[in-house]
Amino acid sequence: MTQLKQRLNAPLKAIALASSAGLVLAGCASATEEPTTEPTETTSATAEPEPTSGGSMVVGITVDPDTIFPWKATQFQAFRMLENVYDTLTAFDADLNVVPGLAESWEVSDDGLAITFDLRDGVKFSDGSDFDSADVKYSYEAIQDEANAAVARSTLGGVTSIDTPDSDTVVLNLATADVGILANLTSVNLAIVSSDDTEETLSTATNGTGPFVLESRTAGQNVVLARNPNYWGDATPLDTVEFRVLPDEAAIAAAMSAGNVQMAVFSDPITARTVTGDVTVNTTPQLSYHALMLNARNGSMTDKNVRLAIQCAIDRQAVLDTALLGEGAVTGPITSPAFRSDPNARPCPERDLAAAAEYLAASGNAGGLEIDAIVAQNLYAGAVEIAQAVAAQLAEANITLNLEVLESGTYIDRWIAGDFESAIALNGGRPDPDGMYGRYFPSTGNLNQVSGYSSETMDALFAAGKSEGDPTARKQIYADVSAELEDNAVWVWLFSGYTYTATSDSITGFTPMTTGSWQYLRTTGLK
Amino acid sequence: MTAILRSSVIRKTAGALATLFGVAVFVFFMLRAIPGDQISASLGTEAAGLTEAQRQALVEYYGIDEPLTTQFFSWLANLFAGDLGFSVRAQQPVLDLTVAALPVTFQLAVFAILLALIIGVPIGMLSASAPRKARDFVGQALSLLGLSIPAFLLATTLLTFFAVNLGFNPNGLGYKTLFEDPAVNLQQMFLPSLVLGFGISAPIIRTTRAAVLEIRGQDFIRTARAKGVKTQRIQFRHILRNALIPIVTMTGLQFGYLLGGAVVVEQIFSLPGIGRQVLLGIQQKEYALVQSTVLVIAASFVIINLLTDLLYRAIDPRVRAE
Repeated sequence: MTQLKQRLNAPLKAIALASSAGLVLAGCASATEEPTTEPTETTSATAEPEPTSGGSMVVGITVDPDTIFPWKATQFQAFRMLENVYDTLTAFDADLNVVPGLAESWEVSDDGLAITFDLRDGVKFSDGSDFDSADVKYSYEAIQDEANAAVARSTLGGVTSIDTPDSDTVVLNLATADVGILANLTSVNLAIVSSDDTEETLSTATNGTGPFVLESRTAGQNVVLARNPNYWGDATPLDTVEFRVLPDEAAIAAAMSAGNVQMAVFSDPITARTVTGDVTVNTTPQLSYHALMLNARNGSMTDKNVRLAIQCAIDRQAVLDTALLGEGAVTGPITSPAFRSDPNARPCPERDLAAAAEYLAASGNAGGLEIDAIVAQNLYAGAVEIAQAVAAQLAEANITLNLEVLESGTYIDRWIAGDFESAIALNGGRPDPDGMYGRYFPSTGNLNQVSGYSSETMDALFAAGKSEGDPTARKQIYADVSAELEDNAVWVWLFSGYTYTATSDSITGFTPMTTGSWQYLRTTGLK
Repeated sequence: MTAILRSSVIRKTAGALATLFGVAVFVFFMLRAIPGDQISASLGTEAAGLTEAQRQALVEYYGIDEPLTTQFFSWLANLFAGDLGFSVRAQQPVLDLTVAALPVTFQLAVFAILLALIIGVPIGMLSASAPRKARDFVGQALSLLGLSIPAFLLATTLLTFFAVNLGFNPNGLGYKTLFEDPAVNLQQMFLPSLVLGFGISAPIIRTTRAAVLEIRGQDFIRTARAKGVKTQRIQFRHILRNALIPIVTMTGLQFGYLLGGAVVVEQIFSLPGIGRQVLLGIQQKEYALVQSTVLVIAASFVIINLLTDLLYRAIDPRVRAE
């Protein structure tokens, strides 16, 4: 990770995200200055002094984790804490490459219908019991069981059976080849728990194979993790990490300035700028993206020409500058670094009002038309500002965007039901494009009713992307997906934002990730 | 106990119970009128990916599968048994959470009221001692400031100023109770109490000033002066004592509001009080947590009002006579 030492002269603008969440529930706020430095993506572990062993660190969070049970965690804070307590079969490194987790290696059968995982030896749960293939089978089958309401059940939807030929080997048998599953298994929602544990036991105490264990939890105040003495990897430099609840970001900034807190992620860049003292703020681009979702099954959105007119009428950079004061980058559909879409590969790379007028005329709406858009008022900051900027631009193209600004609960209900003509949204991204859009755009995807679009081409492309083992060919398939989405103006992808990780200069070894993950707490220590 | 007093106590108690029942009904149904439920609050748009069976499992998990009336009466019945419900988020009974949070807010309210009285009463008396003179204008200006500066602004400014310039931020250390660490606890309560106390001192200044001015002009004060009673004794023994009734009324009301209304200050200063508990409950749509906590706040308010009534009797012999 190349760090940006922004201190106080750098502008900050943020969007906190839960990388796996369908829609990000955190926010952003406005900044007052133009950027003086460009954000840099996480590329490798930080070249910093080796951390000393021992000591404690305090991480400031605005709300305490709402659960400690990994299969049901969706909240940002819960996710960030639990990924340090539980392990998964596969994991991501800082560059988002899939690397071994609890599985030391794996082999995909020639037909792609079976993946054999060789499990790591000598792994123990924090209670001292041994980890083996029975725990993997137990965990995955429980996640598949609808009665357990595990949020990542759909990831294992294509797994028809799980074999455990011996205690060190697990075989996932798939209905169809699924290359993306290795990346998707990294989610802590697919954490491996002991076959002796249940949701009930794991709701009050943790028992994972990860680098930390839950030491204490005081509702509304803090969660303390301690080094797991049974961890299979390198012991964590820190003895304990306290996630301290300071409900207001200004309070976290004050606590950092006073030296009470050593690390925090800010969603409000203005607040992050108020931190003083020896603190470094890292700006990390995020996989999440802002979009104007168009429901191609509803009202005038069924007409491709109307959707293209909207695409051509919007100046994404201007919306970004107006609503988020330039804190972000214009994006195409796929935000993952390895598969990133060219943001200009679309019918209207730049705003083109003449083209918009032509598309409108082709749709039979030369005189203009009205569209309804739902906007969440209190789900994430910036939504209303983005909606107003988009509406102002569309008005110049003779398209009236009627904004329905809704309370978050109403918005979510309408969003889930696909009950909208268009929606201003902040959606979470994932490193693998199949994980990111495989549930939205294939006709069988469990969020297809929300995406409002499907086609035979899209189904074929996603099916091909799932089974294609050659990385170059796979990349091309998702470039085709991206082109299909943009050429049909399925949605209007606007831009991605940043998060701002403030770390005290007294700590070393932490690497922020574009997924928002805090997995590198395991390598973090005091200088 | 006289028959009149007995009837008064019965009337007040019945009124209080009716109020609490009204609050219970109102909060219970208002909460459920808000769109969304604990599933969508917890999962957000991820809830779109749930199958019907998964959704049903979650409905049962959160205990929102029963008809509303059944939920309501079961909640009420449990309340009488001392069971305020269970917080799925915290994995703790609401009673335990409330027992932990209530003292924090209570301590904050007491300190804020004390500060408000320390600031408000002397300034109000000073203002009244020279109406339309400089000290009166200063007093009125302070009162205006107290009324017009929003608590969130004052709180954020003080928090940032003390932390950045003086390195003083005891609230960043994580909350400590008075028994765990009295020194840290008192430091943690200082700024929040000051913010709240400054705001509350405004109506107290105004009430004190008005009451003192009114009493100063009354015959018994003139008589006392004519009898040669010392000015200081007149100020405190005659004027202030008689001015106390409206001040006590105002203070009682403010104290009641503080028990439920210190959300902003608790939030900014990271105090795990009752206001934050309700706020978090609303955000997470934890029905049991919100409705039970609100009822506890309402009960506290009613009790404070009853105590205020009793205090009248202590400070005003005329009320005792009635």
